[in-house]
Amino acid sequence: MGITSKPVVFAVLAAVVILIGTTVTVFIPLFMPSTQPVSASIKPYTAVEQEGRDIYMREGCNNCHTQTVRPLRTEVLRYGEYSKPEEFAYDRPFLWGSRRTGPDLNRVGGKYPDSWHYKHLDSPQSMFEKSNMPPYGWLAKNRLDTSYSFKKTSTLGYGYSESDVRQQIDQYRLTVTDKSYASKESRDKITPPELGKQLTEMDALIAYLQKLGRDVKKMEATK
Amino acid sequence: MSDTGYSYRVVRGFAFSALFWLVIGLVVGLWIAFEMFNPALNLTPWLSFGRLRVVHTNGLGLGFGLAAIFATSYYILQRLTRIPLLFPRLAQAHLYLFNTVIALGALSLFAGMNTTKEYAELEWPLDICVVVFWVMFAINVFGTLIKRQEKQMYISLWYIISMTVAIAILYIVNNLEIPVTLFKSYSVYAGANDANVEWWYAHNIVGFIFTVPILAMFYYFLPKSTGLPIYSHRLSIVSFWALNFAYLWTGAHHLMLTPLPEWIQTVAIAFSIFLIAPSWGSVVNGYYTLQGNWDQMRTNYLTKFFIAGITFYGLQTLQGPLQGLRTLNAFFHYTDWVVGHVHMGTMGWVTMVISASFYYMIPRIINTELYSVKLANTHFWLILVGQFTWTITMWIAGIQQGAMWKATNPDGSLMYNFLDTVTSLYPYYKLRFAAGVIYFIGILVFAWNLIMTVRKEPSQSEA
Repeated sequence: MGITSKPVVFAVLAAVVILIGTTVTVFIPLFMPSTQPVSASIKPYTAVEQEGRDIYMREGCNNCHTQTVRPLRTEVLRYGEYSKPEEFAYDRPFLWGSRRTGPDLNRVGGKYPDSWHYKHLDSPQSMFEKSNMPPYGWLAKNRLDTSYSFKKTSTLGYGYSESDVRQQIDQYRLTVTDKSYASKESRDKITPPELGKQLTEMDALIAYLQKLGRDVKKMEATK
Repeated sequence: MSDTGYSYRVVRGFAFSALFWLVIGLVVGLWIAFEMFNPALNLTPWLSFGRLRVVHTNGLGLGFGLAAIFATSYYILQRLTRIPLLFPRLAQAHLYLFNTVIALGALSLFAGMNTTKEYAELEWPLDICVVVFWVMFAINVFGTLIKRQEKQMYISLWYIISMTVAIAILYIVNNLEIPVTLFKSYSVYAGANDANVEWWYAHNIVGFIFTVPILAMFYYFLPKSTGLPIYSHRLSIVSFWALNFAYLWTGAHHLMLTPLPEWIQTVAIAFSIFLIAPSWGSVVNGYYTLQGNWDQMRTNYLTKFFIAGITFYGLQTLQGPLQGLRTLNAFFHYTDWVVGHVHMGTMGWVTMVISASFYYMIPRIINTELYSVKLANTHFWLILVGQFTWTITMWIAGIQQGAMWKATNPDGSLMYNFLDTVTSLYPYYKLRFAAGVIYFIGILVFAWNLIMTVRKEPSQSEA
């Protein structure tokens, strides 16, 4: 055998063999329209939702929650319409997950009011005694750091100006700190008074959860 | 340094680093196994399941797995080329950088700096360090191979070469990300493409860390330990090239029934089935090597480890492709079945082969005998029983949860709410934890045996 006495040739040949399948199934699809379809109904995350998404990533929520509903009868019954490729156009990275220790979250947006999420994230066991989800009440005690929000949304190419980002943040802060906010009571219960008028990490995470799967409903309606 | 002039200090350094990260990774594993049925253990943000799970996978995959691979690769490389490492000081620097990166990696994951791409969770500055230590390794591998004194490269060296090449491609392509700050970045790929790149990476990182270099160990240390030549050189050639060719097509079997284009999924299924052939090529080669000498299963403590290991590899490579089939995948995916599958590979195949390789290698690099063969046998039975109980428990849990997710009432409505399907698994989670404890005790015996072996190192090795 000639090549077993030529390490460099051997390495080059191994690289070629490895790159064939890689090229066909990974590199070429990168540039195919079918892997990156877009829809006008699917909007990028707001600055606050994106901050919430980053908290979702930081806490590793994807280790227990998937974000893909498969086109199976019982799955559609349990979660809602199955996932479409368009809805992930702004997801860098994707958060489809690989294990459902908790339920899928791709259709959770709008399913419950914010108050439900404040209560549940603070203490899952207070709502479901036997749940094994970790409590996340401490997120309400952390002020949301928005110093990189503009840099984040511009890195992601969402097309917001710096004043757009500031406006989105201010607007959401006004919404959740307003006297008439429908989930005020449950928010106040877990948010320390000194943060009552500010955005917390919990607020942002809930904003993100409420975004999940909402645009796709519009997309389906226009079909 | 032994009288042969080989650089064994770095081999020993990596071997004991592997043991260290193995123990740490398993402690974290036991902790999260307990959290699965007792969430009160999520004491602080740093100890919450979402953060700890990645410390467990990275600590064992990158910490234990890679350290063991570097230890054995540096050893095999020198033995099979018949020359010392070309750059021993570079190898020593590799060892220090490696341990620094793993320690910082664990701390950063505890702190929540997590890109969320599975087995590629480290943030970009650490990614760069990982690439640097692989380059340091590659320079020694290729430098030593080019200067070698043995004309033909033996099978194990092929696997070390293909690992080095494949990891470079996989790691760099999947970790391309745009930094926002020193501790935060976003993937350059979006949505379905990001998923496709990630699972091509994740599947093959398992292939080229938990299969390819473990086969390098198997092909080297099995004949060495048994004194028997590999059954078929031709079979090993065919297996090698077929494995390297087919592996890269199969990542999308992790994305079955997702929004990824269907043809990519279908191609992945086809190649997954094909992959049984080269995998079993090595299994058959291992079994036939023992032809006529099966009494070694009783008389030679190392043989048991290798044969049990390759058996789990064989089961693993049958189970994997079957799980990839669309119908079965629809049932098993996202359940604990897959968790059981992964752990048969890691706790069975990978750890068994690394254990035996260390038992063979470490006494030889310091010119001594193993501290206790009896303890090695105890270690074998504890990890065998622990692993089997662990994985079978998870398979049953997976079948149960899959069935409960799918169960409907006569009127077509769902029979169970999601929480019911979780709480019904708690008995299995408790049993899994107990199995993990048995396994962990086995690993402590392993570590103890090797530490005592080095402790009783004869004084002449100082010369």
